[in-house]
Amino acid sequence: MQHTLIALVENKPGVLNRVASLFRRRNFNIESLNVGQTEQPEISRMTIVMDGQDLDARKVEVNLYKLVNVIDVQDVTNQPAVTRDLALIKVKATPEQRAEVANLASIFRARIVDVASDSVIVEITGTEDKIESLLELLRPQGVLEMVRTGQVAMMRGNASGVRYAPGANGNNKNGHEKDEEVEIFTD
Amino acid sequence: MRKTGAEILWEILTREGVDVVFGYPGGANMPIYDGMLSYPVHHVLTRHEQGAAHMADGYARASGKVGVVMSTSGPGATNLVTGIATAMMDSSPILAITGQVHAHLIGGDAFQETDVTGITLPITKHNYLITSANEIAEVVREALYIARSGRPGPVLIDICKNAQIEQVEYEYPENITLPGYKPPAHAPVADLERAAELIVQAERPVILAGHGVVMSAAVGELAEFALRTDTPITHTLLGLGNFPSTHPLSLGMMGMHGSAESNLAIQNADLILAFGMRFDDRVTGNLRNYAPRARKIHVEIDPSEIHKNIEVDVPLIGDLKTVLTELLPMVPELSHDAWREQIEEWRSESNERDILAWPDDGKLYVAHVLHDLWEATVGDAIVTTDVGQHQMWTAQYYQMDKPNRLITSGGAGTMGFGLPSAIGAWFANKDKEIWTVVGDGGFQMTQAELTTAIQEGANIKIALMNNNFLGMVRQWQEFFFDKRYSAVELKNPDFVKIAEAHGLNARRVIEPRDVPSAIEFARSTPGPVLIEFRVEKEDSVFPMVPTGADLDQMIRRPKRRAKVHQ
Repeated sequence: MQHTLIALVENKPGVLNRVASLFRRRNFNIESLNVGQTEQPEISRMTIVMDGQDLDARKVEVNLYKLVNVIDVQDVTNQPAVTRDLALIKVKATPEQRAEVANLASIFRARIVDVASDSVIVEITGTEDKIESLLELLRPQGVLEMVRTGQVAMMRGNASGVRYAPGANGNNKNGHEKDEEVEIFTD
Repeated sequence: MRKTGAEILWEILTREGVDVVFGYPGGANMPIYDGMLSYPVHHVLTRHEQGAAHMADGYARASGKVGVVMSTSGPGATNLVTGIATAMMDSSPILAITGQVHAHLIGGDAFQETDVTGITLPITKHNYLITSANEIAEVVREALYIARSGRPGPVLIDICKNAQIEQVEYEYPENITLPGYKPPAHAPVADLERAAELIVQAERPVILAGHGVVMSAAVGELAEFALRTDTPITHTLLGLGNFPSTHPLSLGMMGMHGSAESNLAIQNADLILAFGMRFDDRVTGNLRNYAPRARKIHVEIDPSEIHKNIEVDVPLIGDLKTVLTELLPMVPELSHDAWREQIEEWRSESNERDILAWPDDGKLYVAHVLHDLWEATVGDAIVTTDVGQHQMWTAQYYQMDKPNRLITSGGAGTMGFGLPSAIGAWFANKDKEIWTVVGDGGFQMTQAELTTAIQEGANIKIALMNNNFLGMVRQWQEFFFDKRYSAVELKNPDFVKIAEAHGLNARRVIEPRDVPSAIEFARSTPGPVLIEFRVEKEDSVFPMVPTGADLDQMIRRPKRRAKVHQ
């Protein structure tokens, strides 16, 4: 089954390379990886979509923690989360066919963002399922080109995703009364 | 105060207690070498960068401190790769500082430019590329902390030449923030309680004690736990010495060349307590039938090791010393008399068949040498090894009673590790007796460091086991390839002359009766000494679990004219 993980990482040069290298090194099969800014300039956010069981998602989580620049990882699969993907689809469309494409797009609340003499670009935002459905309907028209951003995800309200190895990044008190302050060290 | 990048590097290193570094200068690190002259640091000039990396590793393992190695860019840095990978596999804290071409030349294929951070990404715990002197102070502090904390490991800093030369305002960075790096300490209370329950229920428990015991300084806690719960201990190769091997609760080493009683105990146990070890394939054999009757508790600081090879019932992610300290009050005093008796039966049968029974036919076996060496040094020397048969025999015959005594390349299996790591260990313990046990194959890979030993006056003793074969490969070809020997015979140089040419005292031993006097000669002669032992050519290590076989499916020593040597 598909798993969606959110990773917060330090916004430093080479961090994407470290994450990608880890996936290659540990033989993890990743379906999509999206990287972008967050509300904090020093932190970037990755949304990782992978195929596998819970144990595979756990492996990705704990291995990510081996990277010094990874701050937090959670699995938002089957959790109250909003997930979105954006696609630009260039469809063959003569002036006579445009109406049909526009009609399909509007049913999916997609937009036509460019019109050329024999093609149009449809922009759609939504879950993967929604994008796949529109794509299937557009295929008979002739899909010339497509680009997708890969999934991004955000938990609703105060909820947080699953952390398979609680305390794996040392953030958790684990039921102990005292916990060492390790964020700043002055040894 | 304004300082150059090179001066800032040495300021931080010396302030953090670094007083010896191993390395090799070159074009891209000359400002660092120039800066070094003003600081109280001893530099060990090696003959090859790989030797320098292994020395830093040996120093780190013998001292518990971070070992520092330096090289220039390009080939200097790539020569470190084997040493860094060796440290990575065995979680050894070394800091590699490499020179890099000017920042404005990066990416342009300049002379001696290599993408060193790219090459070492998968074999370091973390690495840095520094392009400006402003970054050096914080990065060096971070690097030393990362190398030695949590699960230790190698860290590399690649410093561009311009960053070494630039002058910037310097202030010691008191506080450093690493938002994504927080080594876990405490395991969850609920998991500790669950573990205690399993421990109380168990009838046939066994502790698998690994390198983590030593690195977490949990030797005392391990002993207290084992004695209180009356639980036998078997060791990984790197865990030897974390509990006295001569204690009745110790079963010796586990795994491919482990003792039969260790492997039988694991396969028949109803509870496995894995302390700071990682279920490497060399200790598990066939994973599908590993410890089939046992529930498993795994105490480990690196969460990625949990469920990696073996799915466990209770993972305790945390620092071993902390976890054991918190677990100890939860378990009562226990005894497992029936289980201990069963294990003693296996042990005495195995003593007759395998490890303590080598043929008594007048020929010289490695076992003789190691047994005599162990007796002569009262088991208290630091022993480093290369990789192969002699390494396994060292693990079997040199009974380690104290931690940080056996220094060997376990995970990576790096030939050529023995001699340089012994030199490194000597810098950490100049008052201790240091031996390196090497084979004729591996020794020749880093033989050039004999000169380094002489130049530094390193008081190390080399026991060279010469069988004119790459012994372990030969053994595999004998067992698994119908004795079709392929590229394993060595036509060797005269090792005594080689040693003497470098300035060492050296002797050759052919007869078993000459072993004790040769060892005594080495021990009583100051400075580096080499003893070449001409050992039986086609001896094999027993017992042996063939690759992929179940752990209790061991090839045992054929019953020849075997005699028990106690």
